[in-house]
Amino acid sequence: MTASRPRVAVIGAGPAGAFTASLLRTRCDVEVDIFERLPTPWGLLRYGVAPDHTEIKTLADRFEKETFGRGCRFIGNVEVGTDVSHAELTNHYTAVFYATGAQHDRPLGLLGEERSGSLSAREFVFWYNGHPDYRDLHVDLSGERAVVVGNGNVAADVARILVRDPDELSCTDIAEHALHALRHSAIREVVILGRRGPGQAAFSHAALRELSELAGVELCVDPADLALDAASSRWLAEEASFTARRNVELLRHLADRRPEPGPDRRITLKFLRSPAALNGSDRIESLVVRRNEIGHVEADRLRGWESVGEEETLDCSLILRAVGYRSGPVSGLPFDEERCVLPNDRGRVMQDGATLVGVYAVGWLKRGPKGILGSNKRDAEETVTRFAADLDSGILPIRPTHSSSQLDQWVASRKPTSITVEGWHAIDRYERERGQAGNRPRLKLTSLSDLLATASGVVG
Amino acid sequence: MTHVITDRCVMEGSCVEVCPVDCILPAPHDADFESVEQLYIDPGRCIDCGSCVSACPIGVIRADSDLTAYQAYSIELNAEFYEQRSAE
Repeated sequence: MTASRPRVAVIGAGPAGAFTASLLRTRCDVEVDIFERLPTPWGLLRYGVAPDHTEIKTLADRFEKETFGRGCRFIGNVEVGTDVSHAELTNHYTAVFYATGAQHDRPLGLLGEERSGSLSAREFVFWYNGHPDYRDLHVDLSGERAVVVGNGNVAADVARILVRDPDELSCTDIAEHALHALRHSAIREVVILGRRGPGQAAFSHAALRELSELAGVELCVDPADLALDAASSRWLAEEASFTARRNVELLRHLADRRPEPGPDRRITLKFLRSPAALNGSDRIESLVVRRNEIGHVEADRLRGWESVGEEETLDCSLILRAVGYRSGPVSGLPFDEERCVLPNDRGRVMQDGATLVGVYAVGWLKRGPKGILGSNKRDAEETVTRFAADLDSGILPIRPTHSSSQLDQWVASRKPTSITVEGWHAIDRYERERGQAGNRPRLKLTSLSDLLATASGVVG
Repeated sequence: MTHVITDRCVMEGSCVEVCPVDCILPAPHDADFESVEQLYIDPGRCIDCGSCVSACPIGVIRADSDLTAYQAYSIELNAEFYEQRSAE
């Protein structure tokens, strides 16, 4: 047994965990073990980022180099809280970093929103990205219209995937089952509902512009929806972000545009609308939509909205709820039920007002589900800075140093099908090879048994 | 000539660290870092060294002469970001 460096555990191999592990290896003299519930690393980069955003997917190469390439170990297919407990981790590791993200959806609060035909955008995204837990999800594409509730970037992603020419997706790493289903889809229109006005649309400008430029798809917006109330006009002129101003400019341009003949598929943006009720007995048949108005200004932001009683009914067979993610409690740790985060002070986990020594939070679990991929790097820097100070100050308990083979034995006793970095690399190689024939970056394995079998082909 | 950050940027930030003339903003410590959707290169200050191109982990920074029609939109976007920022 070599004596040594403190060993730390990072829980969750998504972007927050990857940035954290990378920084821990460069800034601190520690060994890093990355635990992941799934057999594959990179979390939402693999299963969240849309397949047609191919450049973004290449961030995985950087993660690979900066984590496993720097000696971090991968302990995949092991779920903390189920296969191993937090208490066990604290026995083995000097520090534990939780980066498990936000695995739940914010509900709409409508009766019947779990009915067949109504899915969260997260489920739909996991389905088209080949997440092993969602490959058998029933996605009904037999109707002509789908409605997406919420108008952020996830809404833009799901709308785009629904109407984009499937041929344009065939050179991406989209799951084969999803590509097949989309080729047979009857959907011709996706309606995107935004609770607030065009100035407060949550889309990034890049996401909105991408929708406006899709080949064979018309992006429609009703000019009446763009008439801004006085408060919104003033806000747009004085306070609004660069993105909001650009978005309103583009929306006005779209509203003025004469419809061109040709496109047989369309995305319709509706603003100041909220879903009021779902119709249909055992499956969704239509959605009743209520009109809102911007109600009042709080501080320097437009927030209020209230119904003015006007309703319309949209026939649809599929509703995707894209109103945000939510983190859930981590077994054995405190949880802030109100903010839905692991309570923490700049990354140090807190319990009853005191620091829980040696436990850290990072990413969405730490700050809530907001920001983009790169936000996690800054977030990880904040957490790792606190850890480095704690390590220097000597307050962290130094655990009896186990060798990596002792730890492997412990993990194997808890989860015989755990996956090492060699197992992940076998999956990665196999998926890339399978993709070559179709000129795709990779063709994903989407069942747990295929992932495990491929990984175990080299581990032994 | 200048370099341009196209709109697939995820604000990973390596380009900000390597830029020799600090012409890529906002930096992680800037007040507007959380409210922007991408990083931008100041066309008035870029010296066209290309360091950011190799630093970018996802390859979304290009020379302005090497952009697709879709990406060319970002030339104006990068410039306008600095115009608005300096006006504020």
